[in-house]
Amino acid sequence: MKQDWDIPPPPNQRVADPASFKGIVVEGVSKRFGPKTVLDNADLLIHKGETLVIIGRSGEGKSVLLKHIVRLLEPDAGRILVEGAEVGALEHGPLMELRKKFGFLFQGAALFDSMTIAKNIGLALEEHTDWPADRIRARACECLAQVGLVGAEDKLPSELSGGMKKRAGLARAIVMEPQYILYDEPTTGLDPITSDAINDLIIQLQKELGVTSIVVTHDMPSAFKVGNRMAMLSRGRIVFTGTVDEVRTTTHPMVRQFIEGRSQGPLGAF
Amino acid sequence: MTAILAGIGRGVIDALSGSGRGLLLLRSIILQTPHAWRMRREILEQMQVVAIGSMPMVIVTSVFVGAVTAVQAVYQMQAYVPMKFLGTVISKSVFIELGPVLMALVVGSRLCANYAAELGTMKVTEQLDAMTIMAIDPDRYLAMPRFWAAVLMIPVVTIFCDAIAILGGYVASVLTLDVSSGVFIEGLQMFYKHSDLLGGLIKSFFFGGIIAMSGIYYGFNTKGGAEGVGRSTMTAVVGSCLSVLVGDYLLAIVLFQIVFEKT
Repeated sequence: MKQDWDIPPPPNQRVADPASFKGIVVEGVSKRFGPKTVLDNADLLIHKGETLVIIGRSGEGKSVLLKHIVRLLEPDAGRILVEGAEVGALEHGPLMELRKKFGFLFQGAALFDSMTIAKNIGLALEEHTDWPADRIRARACECLAQVGLVGAEDKLPSELSGGMKKRAGLARAIVMEPQYILYDEPTTGLDPITSDAINDLIIQLQKELGVTSIVVTHDMPSAFKVGNRMAMLSRGRIVFTGTVDEVRTTTHPMVRQFIEGRSQGPLGAF
Repeated sequence: MTAILAGIGRGVIDALSGSGRGLLLLRSIILQTPHAWRMRREILEQMQVVAIGSMPMVIVTSVFVGAVTAVQAVYQMQAYVPMKFLGTVISKSVFIELGPVLMALVVGSRLCANYAAELGTMKVTEQLDAMTIMAIDPDRYLAMPRFWAAVLMIPVVTIFCDAIAILGGYVASVLTLDVSSGVFIEGLQMFYKHSDLLGGLIKSFFFGGIIAMSGIYYGFNTKGGAEGVGRSTMTAVVGSCLSVLVGDYLLAIVLFQIVFEKT
């Protein structure tokens, strides 16, 4: 039975002067992989210092959007600006400098499996500073302590559990004291207690380091806990943005279906 | 008919774009070479993978290459050519062709599979993306050390192969083929030219580049999961072997018909 849903228009996520916006501007970004359109003229603003949670169903392009921000992927159309700099137009050197401002926690942690945890964490320092080895190791241990992994520095990634790998990945993401941290499904596949510990770490990092965070997730308890603001991605576009309280009380049918976890609704079941 | 033509067209476009991407990767690796001193530890680690890791295979292959060449040369020569030329035949065959090509195929396949599988796994598990996000260029950190390790060490391995194969040929000739030690050594010295050895080593230098580029390129361009890693490893090894054989022909023309022809 076909139903018509009263879906409000997408929120206005454009600014008059993107070049002077202090944060990240995603402007009309489209991306296709073969015949599948993953992002379709997506607009989004990420304000400096906030934690924005991007929610949406699996395969809707949340991780793809995240990868565009640091130019791991390039858009077919549209542009992304970070602190006024158009990411797609940067030459190699400035792009590398921009990436140093970012930390990225991958869904599978993406630890270098031939290196110890300390080497994984210290690699960026080895490459970008002239610090001696003992200072780099001390900093790696400090980051491991921040994520509750004291004593794991000489282990290989294969010796860690899934939750420990995520925390080690987080330690690696913060080692350079980034201004922006991008989290791709930080709690997926973890038990509820480890998930909550990761959520606490995300909040702690925002408070202590003042970082701007973008969290991609479909884990709603996590989203409500860590987010200042949420955006919902569906069919390649941002269909809703609002504060956590606005998400709780919205009547937007797509958001309601998603946060209530119903199979009936405008998002469909499959 | 249209589908066949479209398929051929797609194949040609894929081959051309693949070659273009391969050349861009090579250019990037060459441009990263000034960082080689900073990356010396990684380069030495990779050189160790090529040389030490391949040594048992090199020894076994080379001994039998020398021995088989001796046996078959004696079979062909016995009625028509004096045995004093046996050492000449073995040394020229090994220096010019068998040493460089067999090492490129045997050691090269092992190395190429190693590079493609290792880098391919890093690609599909997002480790390459993680490195890129950390503002570390994978072309510098991963590709450049592997490329130079292969380019520098395949000739070294070939020198070992040449020496061991000659020894294998000597032992087989003296112990089983009724050729005296003095006759074999006289043959080795007769008609020896530095250009034979040098030409073979120049070939193996280029083969090292071909092997490394094939492994690195297919590793970096792996798609999919475990199946994708398997596919790219297989493609890299097949591509490397075919390229070595085609390259061998072209280098033979350049080196032995043009460069060394007048020496």
